[in-house]
Amino acid sequence: MTNPVPARRSILSGDEAVALAALDAGLALGTGYPGTPSTEILEELERLGGRAQWSPNEKVALEVGIGVAFAGGRALVTMKHVGLNVAADPLFTVAYTGVRGALVIVSADDPGMASSQNEQDNRRYAVAAGVPMLEPSDSQEAYNFTLLAIEVSERWGVPVLLRMTTRVCHSKTIVETPGYPVPPAPAAGFVRDIPARVMIPAYARPAHHRLRAKLAEIAAWNETEGPNTTTAGGVEFGVMTSGISYQHVREALPDAAVLKLGMTYPLPLSAMREFAVAHQRTLIIEEGDPYLVESARTAGIAVESQPQIFRFGELNAARVARIAARDLTPEPKPLPGKPPALCQGCPHRTVFTALRDLNCIVSGDIGCYSLGVLPPFSAMDTLVCMGASIGVGLGLRHTLPPDEARRVVSVIGDSTFVHSGITGLVEMVYNPPASGHVVLILDNGTTAMTGLQEHPGTGRTLHHSATGKFVFENVIRAMGIEQVHVMDPMVNPQAFQDLVQSCLASGELNVIIARRNCLLAAGAIRQYEKCAESDKNVQ
Amino acid sequence: MCNKVLNIVVAGLGGQGVLKASDIVAEVAFTAGLDVKKSEIHGMSQRGGSVSSDVRYGAKVFSPMVPDGQADFLVVLDATQVEVNRAVLKPGGILLEPALLAGTKLKSEKCINVALLGALSRHLEFPESTWTAAIARHLAPKLHSINFEAFAAGRLA
Repeated sequence: MTNPVPARRSILSGDEAVALAALDAGLALGTGYPGTPSTEILEELERLGGRAQWSPNEKVALEVGIGVAFAGGRALVTMKHVGLNVAADPLFTVAYTGVRGALVIVSADDPGMASSQNEQDNRRYAVAAGVPMLEPSDSQEAYNFTLLAIEVSERWGVPVLLRMTTRVCHSKTIVETPGYPVPPAPAAGFVRDIPARVMIPAYARPAHHRLRAKLAEIAAWNETEGPNTTTAGGVEFGVMTSGISYQHVREALPDAAVLKLGMTYPLPLSAMREFAVAHQRTLIIEEGDPYLVESARTAGIAVESQPQIFRFGELNAARVARIAARDLTPEPKPLPGKPPALCQGCPHRTVFTALRDLNCIVSGDIGCYSLGVLPPFSAMDTLVCMGASIGVGLGLRHTLPPDEARRVVSVIGDSTFVHSGITGLVEMVYNPPASGHVVLILDNGTTAMTGLQEHPGTGRTLHHSATGKFVFENVIRAMGIEQVHVMDPMVNPQAFQDLVQSCLASGELNVIIARRNCLLAAGAIRQYEKCAESDKNVQ
Repeated sequence: MCNKVLNIVVAGLGGQGVLKASDIVAEVAFTAGLDVKKSEIHGMSQRGGSVSSDVRYGAKVFSPMVPDGQADFLVVLDATQVEVNRAVLKPGGILLEPALLAGTKLKSEKCINVALLGALSRHLEFPESTWTAAIARHLAPKLHSINFEAFAAGRLA
């Protein structure tokens, strides 16, 4: 880390900018689980020569990151917004333990749900867990704030959330890198600090006090030195905003004074109060939840909020202009485009054709195969979150009348199964429904939906090189499930349908692994396998 | 240029190279020293659904998204996607669509994105060499000659 960061000028996505900053900061390790719009961060980090790993899920990714930071290293942990739900357990307590190196957690939120099952606003997590949060509004800030997050994390020994949104992650804007070195990473090494790291109640109670004290210091720092900027304007009208909304505000309301909040937890409430008092009308523009509005009002700062209809979906310059004009007339609806569909020749098509023709009640899951819900299949009845197919399917089986219970199947992808399906199968073995159950694992050899990432079941790392492989059928048999069937559904679609039918009729616990590589990944998988084979021969 | 921001929207279907085309436009403007922002939504769109991408450039660009009714150019790679995207064009804005290439023989349908960039390039102020350099940077070497041809053909269309 003695090398200066070169002065460069390039056009990068927000995700790419985070990766570049992490690399420039001498990151020890990047971990995460793929999820739109965060996936490209670790892929770019690896492409740039940094060390990046996919974990089975976000909770494990964060736990590995915590270990890196306990060891004194700089860790970056990436996930989409719903991934932070999975990682919430360690998040809340690492806020207490603090860290020795740096721990930066990227939460990539998806307002408007371009590719998600909800539009939760993870700024709430910063407050709930007591974790400082930075919100970049373009790629330059994604770069700068990643470095700042590392600095804040190390200075106060706290984890830091870098909250991005789809438009910041995936938009490309110009990034200039500083041309000077960032502070060197502390040397890795074990420092025993039992009261700080072991959260038994006796140690956790003082740790909570320490956390609140750190947050108070950070709040004071944020007032005077934080990454918050003011754009001058008239005294009549001021806008407070953060993240991508800032860009829409500057475009739609060029004459307004603007207070742009870069660190949105803990908030610079004094600066916000001064700004509000200085303007006759102070409007808060924010995408998602009324987080800034509620925080301001709780602190007794008088602000105008945007109407409820603008809480839904993304903001843009036109919507910001409507908010400012208090225009509540119906917004123009965009014409519907062509919806996505399962690719022609996709193995999932065979599976959902069978489930449709057998009139199954399908408890579904998150992945490409979610598209089985659309015509001509319309063969998915529930979809909640990663891994829910199994638990929800079991609950349906426990409760439906017998003739309906027997039609229930759980459908889950290979990557999703590793992520959070395994414990569902444990539940199935432990609390089996009277009618048995059928779980279909659609193993297409990749994490397809997010853009063909590896996972433990492929036996290849993020770099596509061979590593230890999680073998589905071995693990499932070892759990005590006797009926484990492996079949390529496309070799003989009728035989596949017959297999599902016989499993449904058996009244036992069945797992069917429908194994055939994703069409889009098959060529690359053949190449990786060939490389692994020739490596073996050389040895 | 002053404070004028030029707005270009590229639209089509997943797999047609919409994002590649918008990357190339953004790079051309970037190379020319302008402020540039490029925006898109991908994810579900990769499965053959509608995809569109916005490129904006000028002295200073704020929002990365082209507001409806403000696109100077709409480049559409699939005829079925013209109507769904037409509302983005400003009055008098220019539509560049596959029908433009009716008299042009492309060696591969996959080059339609670059061919329509050729058509777009005639309306913009950047030199042809900047375009070909950007195309070369964004495509694998084995695809260069076929795409240079498509670009040249689109420029003449």
